[in-house]
Amino acid sequence: MSRKVLVLGEVRDGSLRNVSFEAIAAAKTISEGGEVVGVALGSDVSGFGESLIQYGADRVVTVAHPSLAQYTSDGFSQALLGVIDSEKPEGIVLGHTALGKDLAPRIAGKLDSGLVSDVTSLEETGGNLVFTRPIYSGKAFEKKIITDGLVFVTIRPNNIDALEKDGGRTGDISSLDVDIKDLRTIIKDVVRKASEGVDLSEAKVIIAGGRGVKSEEGFEPLKELADVLGGAVGASRGACDADYCDYSLQIGQTGKVVTPDLYIACGISGAIQHLAGMSNSKVIVAINKDPEANIFKVADYGIVGDLFEVVPLLTEEFRKLKVGSN
Amino acid sequence: MNIYVLLKRTFDTEEKITLSGGKINEDGAEFIINPYDEYAVEEAIQVRDASGGEVTVVTVGGEEAEKQLRTALAMGADKAILINIEDDVENGDQFTTAKILAEYLKDKNPDLILAGNVAIDGGSGQVGPRVAEQLNIPYITTITKLTIDGQNVSVVRDVEGDSETIETSLPLLVTAQQGLNDPRYPSLPGIMKAKKKPLEELELDDLDLEEEDVEAKTKTIEIFLPPKKEAGKILQGDLSDQVKELAGLLRSEAKVI
Repeated sequence: MSRKVLVLGEVRDGSLRNVSFEAIAAAKTISEGGEVVGVALGSDVSGFGESLIQYGADRVVTVAHPSLAQYTSDGFSQALLGVIDSEKPEGIVLGHTALGKDLAPRIAGKLDSGLVSDVTSLEETGGNLVFTRPIYSGKAFEKKIITDGLVFVTIRPNNIDALEKDGGRTGDISSLDVDIKDLRTIIKDVVRKASEGVDLSEAKVIIAGGRGVKSEEGFEPLKELADVLGGAVGASRGACDADYCDYSLQIGQTGKVVTPDLYIACGISGAIQHLAGMSNSKVIVAINKDPEANIFKVADYGIVGDLFEVVPLLTEEFRKLKVGSN
Repeated sequence: MNIYVLLKRTFDTEEKITLSGGKINEDGAEFIINPYDEYAVEEAIQVRDASGGEVTVVTVGGEEAEKQLRTALAMGADKAILINIEDDVENGDQFTTAKILAEYLKDKNPDLILAGNVAIDGGSGQVGPRVAEQLNIPYITTITKLTIDGQNVSVVRDVEGDSETIETSLPLLVTAQQGLNDPRYPSLPGIMKAKKKPLEELELDDLDLEEEDVEAKTKTIEIFLPPKKEAGKILQGDLSDQVKELAGLLRSEAKVI
């Protein structure tokens, strides 16, 4: 059954997030030969339509409105519902990001539809679209089907491959006027803390510190290593509880669940709650003084040693490798 | 102030997950209040202590959830509602739970509803926003700070590490993020008092809902465990050689650098 599928292109720091291109790839599968329609919302949406098409959308609908300069659930839900009303899609795909997590359930609630959140893979088998998603923070997985109505999913960043960009691909980009009013929540201020580059949920490389990092300053060598590898810094609950870092960095059963290509655990013992948040990473490296630490049981490679010795050496080594490869 | 907390009973985070007959094996498992909902309970109690009013904790589940409701009462909540769907709903989803909660709440005139931003078992994070949408009240997810002054509310929200300060007004639904507060442990007198606090049990009938009204829109067809990770390679030798070897392995064998 072919479907028309909407994909919301999510913008962060002025450009479309990679997860939106991954969402287009997912939408292609869901559409089963139907049409994939990209959606761009914002105060200025110029350029986004072309990108969405180059990554596989067949055409794009944009809504430009001053009230969409920043994400608010009220503003974006009115805009997206406006597009849904005009397009009448049979499927919707969003990234399972802060925005997607906030917006998708509301849209599903409004449409009285199901929603499969945090999808890590999907396939069409035996006439059914089957969605796989982690439960118990990745300690288990479930396969779900949608039994009634709209095929509505959010996909986890970094798990579904985006299509190859095709610079020559073209498609229709149309704009839609949507009346946006009565915003009940107003953003007064945004403090960027994660800032220094890469967001944990989308990072390909994560350098995480635990109690072994010992202090706020102890995170500095980890940051340097992350910089060299273009990665992000994360932490265990132990490090957050000890005030070495902000809770927004916490990885684990409470905190973020991450699946980077490379996870380097520094001074993390590997409590079951932490393992739940990171053990599905593609490659895990553990650096710990204690050879008995649990983290070594899930690590692909381990170094028994003091992270304050190992991490700077590693940074140095990668720096050399990088120079070598340039 | 009329405050409601949406609470879910979940597996203890310490628990290993095993399967039996294709389902999550619950035999002998410890259950707790979903950790994010615990922040919601704590915040509700603090708001009530500052502004007056009453805290009602609500859960949708089975008989066993009474234990977690009693824990919330022991922490300081005033009343508990168990919407027992054991006999009526076999395989509910987030649509089901939200529909039931919204139906229960629609004539309660809540000023403030708090929930966890996600449950650590299902992990969908849908129920809070869905309930707010159905009640047609604003909501803010993943909050780390809540300040209420009369009808005006100021909230700090965690957005992938950034902090947004948002102003809005009551009525409002918020979902709790880690860092919002430090949930208290129930005190002994609290536990004694909780035994006498009102805990009401409702069924779909009491909410004028039919089974069809809450029928799930999605269905789980299989549950499986991730492949067991083989213990990896512990490097040996001089530390600087180990580091060189590791960098090489990551590049040539694992191909992630």
